Amino acid sequence: MSTGASSDLCAYSIALGDDALILGQRLAEWVSNAPSLEEELALANVALDHIGRARMFYGHAAAVAADGRDEDTIAFGRDTRTFTNLLINELPRGDFAFTMVRQFLVDAFNVPFLAALAGSNEPTLAAIGEKALKESTYHLRRSRDWVQRLGDGTQESHDRAQRAADELWGYTRELFEPFAAEARLTTGGVTADRAALQPLWRQQVAATFDEATLRIPEDAWSIRGGRDGVHTEHLGYLLAEMQFMQRAYPGQRW
Amino acid sequence: MPDFDASEMQARFDARIGAEERIEPKDWMPDAYRRNLIRQMSQHAHSEVIGMQPEGNWISRAPTLKRKAILLAKVQDEAGHGLYLYSATETLGATRESLVDALHESRAKYASIFNYPSLTWADVGAIGWLVDGAAIVNQISLQRTSYGPYARAMVRICKEESFHMRQGYEIMLTLCRGSNDQRAMAQDALDRWWWPSLMMFGPHDAESAHSAQSMQWKLKRQSNDELRQKFVDQTVPQAEYLGIRIPDPKLRLDAATGHYAFGEIDWREFQRVVSGDGPCNRERLAHHVRAHDDGAWVREAAHAYQAKRAARDRVEAAS
Amino acid sequence: MTDMMPLYEVPLYEVFIRSKRGLDHRHVGSLHAEDSEQALEYARDVYTRRGEGVSIWVVKSSDIVASQEGDGASFYDPQDDKPYRHATFYKVPDEVSNL
Repeated sequence: MSTGASSDLCAYSIALGDDALILGQRLAEWVSNAPSLEEELALANVALDHIGRARMFYGHAAAVAADGRDEDTIAFGRDTRTFTNLLINELPRGDFAFTMVRQFLVDAFNVPFLAALAGSNEPTLAAIGEKALKESTYHLRRSRDWVQRLGDGTQESHDRAQRAADELWGYTRELFEPFAAEARLTTGGVTADRAALQPLWRQQVAATFDEATLRIPEDAWSIRGGRDGVHTEHLGYLLAEMQFMQRAYPGQRW
Repeated sequence: MPDFDASEMQARFDARIGAEERIEPKDWMPDAYRRNLIRQMSQHAHSEVIGMQPEGNWISRAPTLKRKAILLAKVQDEAGHGLYLYSATETLGATRESLVDALHESRAKYASIFNYPSLTWADVGAIGWLVDGAAIVNQISLQRTSYGPYARAMVRICKEESFHMRQGYEIMLTLCRGSNDQRAMAQDALDRWWWPSLMMFGPHDAESAHSAQSMQWKLKRQSNDELRQKFVDQTVPQAEYLGIRIPDPKLRLDAATGHYAFGEIDWREFQRVVSGDGPCNRERLAHHVRAHDDGAWVREAAHAYQAKRAARDRVEAAS
Repeated sequence: MTDMMPLYEVPLYEVFIRSKRGLDHRHVGSLHAEDSEQALEYARDVYTRRGEGVSIWVVKSSDIVASQEGDGASFYDPQDDKPYRHATFYKVPDEVSNL
């Protein structure tokens, strides 16, 4: 592999790892805060799946870079400006409606995306894609069910779900914007074109929202910048908490 | 429904207990046995759930991704254990809501150990090693409890629990082999968690209100002091291996018995914490109440949705 | 302070799992869910975290019909007088396998 291609692959794997880790971190915040004990276990499973996925992507990036980094150097050693997750993942968990609507929007993207990734000509990415696809298929089933329950539940749950959709909508545009390294990898058959996933995603979301008596928000605004390290103000706090131990006691084994 | 004579049922019940047979949900049982069971099982369940808080605190700050995943899986297991135990309690006709209300109104207790704060990463290790270690000693004994669903829940829990203690001990081992700061962190955690762990086994049996009756009904199989001794005997060598010092000047191996003699527990502290005056009692309960209250609209929504669907299904079926 | 007791109860479901190596569904416990789909999903999350599940059954607890302890002697066929139902009753040559 050329240095250019391998550095693209490394950057791409890190970006996908960042998406998964940051979302996993937000999901894990529900521990001891969930609306029922059954839901505690369910949310923890989704969080664990995302953290596991992040470790796989980071592990692959480290292997490709072969510069002495490992999954923890990648996760705990970077500041906000070099984290490349999409912004939708870093938003605070909010109420249960916000978490589940966000999860649904992300899951509805992840399923076709991972299905495409499973067809990658890069064997490790293909393997990660395949495993993650099984998980995300289940996540989507759950999050879609919850969007329906909340949208078509009580007036209060409906209002909260609609508010969540309205607050999240502008962050979904970024899901379909490939960054430069990603575009090159797409040409090389390593990954699928994420822009091409938008129509199907729109359809799926529209169908679910409709069933849930929720309104699709206007495409009036969008906020992006995650892949360039231009984040919301939330990420700094998240990383400060997440990275504290490694920063306070650098270079130790845990 | 057969006509029965209560004293005959009592005799049969006593015989079954004597013969080490399990009592199952549909079996006749004395009211006091049922009440005692509901209390014991639900408090065990509450403990698992409240215990998620001190450990859950550290998931977002776990120092490596592997530790984060392991801790999350462990805390998730605690939730699962709570669920198994609430399930077992519900076989006696108590509803989940009533059990949660009892907790919120402080009519039901939970293991006092969780009223202490988890202040450092080493606390996560100490909790896994000592608190889960103590819980396992208790739970292994309870696998032989007389009530079927409780015993089966214990078997399931014990299978899952072994990794909990090991992960805690592994954390301590890594710290003790690490930097001076890490070793000091480990020692500090042991200093704070040792005595509360011993208190987990409860008062001396002579002073325990429920002990005698629980033993008679084989709900409890070994005395508090027996279990506490077992825990000390297994844990002291583990601490020695780590190279950290247990904060008890009276601790010594009695060569004659092979058991470790240890100092007297500060029973005033035990009483204080058990009766609500520990460092975290208010926060633990308030946290649980808040999560429950915050979740009310979610539970209502799920219920309303189901009711709507059921109504639609009825309309469709009729048409 | 707690919220008001809801005027309804969330249905209780019993969970039965058949694991990869198992031949039968075993009762593993119960959980609360609003409907059978949610019960199935929660059962998967609660009871199959260690890869135990191949098949999950959930049944509303209220739908389970069980025998009573008091049914005792008359309900259950006393087995003592029909030993031929047990394999140990029969002597077979050791050399013959698969019996």
